[in-house]
Amino acid sequence: MANKILAVLEQREGLLKKSAFETVYVAANLAAKLKLDAEAVVVGSSVENINEIAKYGIKKIVHLKSDTLKNYSSSGYTEAVSDYAKTTEADYLLLSNTAFGKDLAPHLAVRMNAGILMDCINLSADSGELIGTRPIYAGKSLVDVKIKSAKKVITIRPNVFKAVPSDNSSNPEITTTEIVNTNLKTKVVEFKKAGGKLDVAEADIIVSGGRGLKGPENFHLIEELADALGAAVGASRAVVDAGWRPHGEQVGQTGKTVSPTLYVACGISGAIQHLAGMSSAKYIVAINKDKDAPIFSIADYGIAGDIFEIIPVLTQEIKKLKD
Amino acid sequence: MKIAVCVSHVPDTATRVKIGSDNKSIDPSGVTYVINPYDEFAVEEALKTKESVGGDSQVVVLSVGSEQNKETIRKALAMGADSGVLLKADNPLDSMGIAKALADEIKNQGAELVFFGKQSVDYDNSITGQLTSELLSYSCVAVVVSFKLAGNKITAEREIEGGKEVVESELPAIITCQKGLNEPRYASLKGIMAAKKKVIEEKPVAVSESFTEILKMHLPSPKKAGRIIGTDSSAVPELVKLLREEAKVI
Repeated sequence: MANKILAVLEQREGLLKKSAFETVYVAANLAAKLKLDAEAVVVGSSVENINEIAKYGIKKIVHLKSDTLKNYSSSGYTEAVSDYAKTTEADYLLLSNTAFGKDLAPHLAVRMNAGILMDCINLSADSGELIGTRPIYAGKSLVDVKIKSAKKVITIRPNVFKAVPSDNSSNPEITTTEIVNTNLKTKVVEFKKAGGKLDVAEADIIVSGGRGLKGPENFHLIEELADALGAAVGASRAVVDAGWRPHGEQVGQTGKTVSPTLYVACGISGAIQHLAGMSSAKYIVAINKDKDAPIFSIADYGIAGDIFEIIPVLTQEIKKLKD
Repeated sequence: MKIAVCVSHVPDTATRVKIGSDNKSIDPSGVTYVINPYDEFAVEEALKTKESVGGDSQVVVLSVGSEQNKETIRKALAMGADSGVLLKADNPLDSMGIAKALADEIKNQGAELVFFGKQSVDYDNSITGQLTSELLSYSCVAVVVSFKLAGNKITAEREIEGGKEVVESELPAIITCQKGLNEPRYASLKGIMAAKKKVIEEKPVAVSESFTEILKMHLPSPKKAGRIIGTDSSAVPELVKLLREEAKVI
């Protein structure tokens, strides 16, 4: 049937990611509003937790199975998903705006001759027409955008739309289709894990450090607090540019734009390009000795004092709480 | 080898965004425009590749936009690129429109290796490189922090959540560059003088309409400043209590 929303899901090492559940949930809700059908597709060798999608309101789930596509291949996944989208006559493709979604979505848009809308934080369908809201300038501004073409490719920002499971399974039809894929001109041959740590782009809580730490040797204070909170470590541009921290941790306009539940900024004054990247966090805590620092203008809770004295006590208090 | 590098002309990241009178774009008054920060890594990687491949390799700089984009093209020329092409568009285009204009010109130039910044810091789509590659049926590796070329073969590392993917691919290809890939060189005085004599060709973009339409630009509702609850560690128990009972986040 035509007029279908196809949720394109991400698996890593055979497990659907958290963002995949958000994508399915949003696709199912959007389909209901726009009176469309929704289904989901995932490419990979095995997908162990595929049955868990059943609680998110979708009717059909297709696993395109291929051992050569166990890892991501932009050429191979593009071929597999666009072929499937054509077969199933999907008008809308929905992905999460993760590294995977950001890479795959544009390739699919060209294949489908579709307009593309990235990183939406709100999707409205009130007038029967889909309008997406997305941050630009790293969140300094927002735009409402509509796609004029018949085919549409949309990505949603991870962590913004919460996937709510229902008690009732929608009893979806789950099928596995073997696919043969020869387009492997671009393929992932290895994954180098970054020290087993959480990534700021995916974390629910982030503890970030800035120049107030005075040197890379003091960042253990940030790491210890992050460990106690189960948080990812972030950094300001100043300390990344100074070589204290890897750029993968940088939060801000030339780093990562994040929307965690809790953001703890330590020794960060709050340059505009940093604030742009993190001000959509649900709760912000700032610890900084300068009470006039711009970071306090967006913080929910602040302590205007010496981070070297305050952070260790905070770490202890959090640990006590967790024990 | 012909190498292309695509650059975008954007407001400096220190810009405070004000909405323009059309409610669809920013108010450009008082805004300083610069080369997109990620495009500097792209220019650097193009120049490094030209140097290592040698021979009669050439680096051409492409940019879609208005007359002002020449400043940014000139910046890349001052760093060492050989020539520039401004693809002049009278109206702003969406990423797909820009990608189509670039794809046409890349084909026209016969470039088999093309570098982009991984995203431009204005519209933050991070898709123009991927779109262009698909339009040209080129390989594509996006968000690259390490790049090696051996003959026709590419080995690159791209940044993803929690680590790096090592990707193998082949020419012709598009690479989008992430911070960490290299240290962009400064333009020397000699480079700046030489850039003034280099040719920037101008061509109109014959683009059809965009697939997307901006209906409205608006500012996010300002986050209201919260409380400063203390000036030393004696405030910590109160902070923990608020996080637990009021915010309910720990």
